[in-house]
Amino acid sequence: MTAPAVSSAGEAPAGLGWAVRDCWTETTRHLRALPRNPEVLAFATIQPVMFVLLFAYVFGGSISVPGFADYKQFLIPGIFAQTVLFGSSFAAVGLAEDMSKGIADRLRSLPMWEPAVLVGRTLADVLRNLITFVVMLLVAFAIGFRFEGSIVEAAAATGVLLAFAYSFTWINALVGISIGSVEAANSASFTWIFPLTFVSSAFVDPRTMPSWLEPVARNNPFTLATNATRALYNGLPPGEDLWLALAWAGGLTAIFAVLTVRRFTTTS
Amino acid sequence: MEPAITVAGLEKSYGAVDAVRGIDLEVSRGEVFAFVGPNGAGKTTTVEILEGYRTRSAGEVAVLGVDPGRGDRRWRSRIGVVLQESELERSLTVRESVALYAGYYPRPLPVAEAIAAVGLDGQVDQRAGKLSGGQKRRLDVALALVGDPDLLFLDEPTTGFDPAARRGAWEMVANLRALGKTVFLTTHYMDEAQHLADRVAIIAEGRIVALGAPGDLGSALEERATVVRFRLPPGLGPGELPSDLAGAVVTSRAPVELRTTRPTATLAALCGWAAERHLELADLEATRPSLEDVYLELTAAAAGERPEEAPAPGAARPAEADR
Repeated sequence: MTAPAVSSAGEAPAGLGWAVRDCWTETTRHLRALPRNPEVLAFATIQPVMFVLLFAYVFGGSISVPGFADYKQFLIPGIFAQTVLFGSSFAAVGLAEDMSKGIADRLRSLPMWEPAVLVGRTLADVLRNLITFVVMLLVAFAIGFRFEGSIVEAAAATGVLLAFAYSFTWINALVGISIGSVEAANSASFTWIFPLTFVSSAFVDPRTMPSWLEPVARNNPFTLATNATRALYNGLPPGEDLWLALAWAGGLTAIFAVLTVRRFTTTS
Repeated sequence: MEPAITVAGLEKSYGAVDAVRGIDLEVSRGEVFAFVGPNGAGKTTTVEILEGYRTRSAGEVAVLGVDPGRGDRRWRSRIGVVLQESELERSLTVRESVALYAGYYPRPLPVAEAIAAVGLDGQVDQRAGKLSGGQKRRLDVALALVGDPDLLFLDEPTTGFDPAARRGAWEMVANLRALGKTVFLTTHYMDEAQHLADRVAIIAEGRIVALGAPGDLGSALEERATVVRFRLPPGLGPGELPSDLAGAVVTSRAPVELRTTRPTATLAALCGWAAERHLELADLEATRPSLEDVYLELTAAAAGERPEEAPAPGAARPAEADR
């Protein structure tokens, strides 16, 4: 992303400084609301916990993956990846709500750096995703998942997950401000995120898929991110998957942030 | 001092629909200006152009000396906006919401002062989601006020309010005036405009059809006839009335309705005639059309012009001047 200080020329009190401050103020707006909407947090954690337990116990016994003694070590990083990606869809719903209820317009009347509305939202989403992740991690530990590598590798894996999810937050932000209806935004996000996460290496090895589906799954950027985090959590070398996953995250963030900001700041 | 708002020849079309068809107006500093009109008259479109939310199709606009299309951060910090529809962050308290918004302005008012100005002192720690409709709207005004703007836009501040909430909102606008703020408000209630505003513009079909102080709008009506209404005793018809009633014209027979531009003379002649004959005129009354009537008449007339579609040259009213 380019430096944001261009939008209102010389009038800005401290250029980049106020843009950063506005983004932070917007982030705190969401963060302050978060603990007061326990139902949101509950939904954001119960579903992932359910997924961890269901997949681990329902499929856990019947699936074995070469190279992994315990399917849980293979599966759980996949569920982490899927869950944080699902979490990115909150941006679509939240922004659609802001747009349809006039909150976005209200905020635009303020002397703020306009994209702060979007940046604040996406940053707050990272934090909520992190909370979800921690809850999931605790459950995973409880059922026997372990970091097989170093703590640094585990931290790196988590970083890749969140960075990848962040890039998808921007895609969802664009969906949200374009659709403008909460219900539509919700289903719009899931119609593509769901297949994206299943046609991947998250739950099974793509080599077990039909031959026409396998290359799709193998080249899915989500597969790259899953493979990289899975390798790091298991103390294995992530190879080029790590760099490719990060490149996807950076590229998607750059492209979709620009598109979203442009769409958001255009008046009619 | 430069005016707070100047608008000349403003037009806005959405595709084939002309929402605003040539508006001229000027609002002075410290003035409370009301924009009155029915739904779809172009009120909100105009306000949104002034606020910088919408582009315009034609015309010149300056708000605090700046084209709203190019309003920068400093300009925006000098205006406060209360939109027709906007929700608040439901889970934040009144104080938190106001403090949050204050954070965006270079020189905000003390949070407590903004809250007091809208009369929400008693609800500072209540969450926005728990406020009544009227209180939410007032919080919205406090949020617009906390940046200490010179100019406030209030788009339909009382629509959907019960009478008590409306009175509360009126007091609040009076407070804003006392603070020296310029206020530009829209409403579809003529009585509200009359009560609150220094000047009123009546807008219909995207044009201003009348503009002036509420009192002046009233005197524009002097031209319009006062209606004298009464019943004649059985057996008598309007034909029996004296032929000269100071130029009054009979417009209805039972009850008899006269229209006159000289009500005193008409009544004197009428009552003299009746007293001489020992007649009692039942239900005698004389009424001037209220501002509400004028408003309805003007907006109905504008709606009637609509089918002509093209801006008929000769049909223009004085207020919408040629441009």
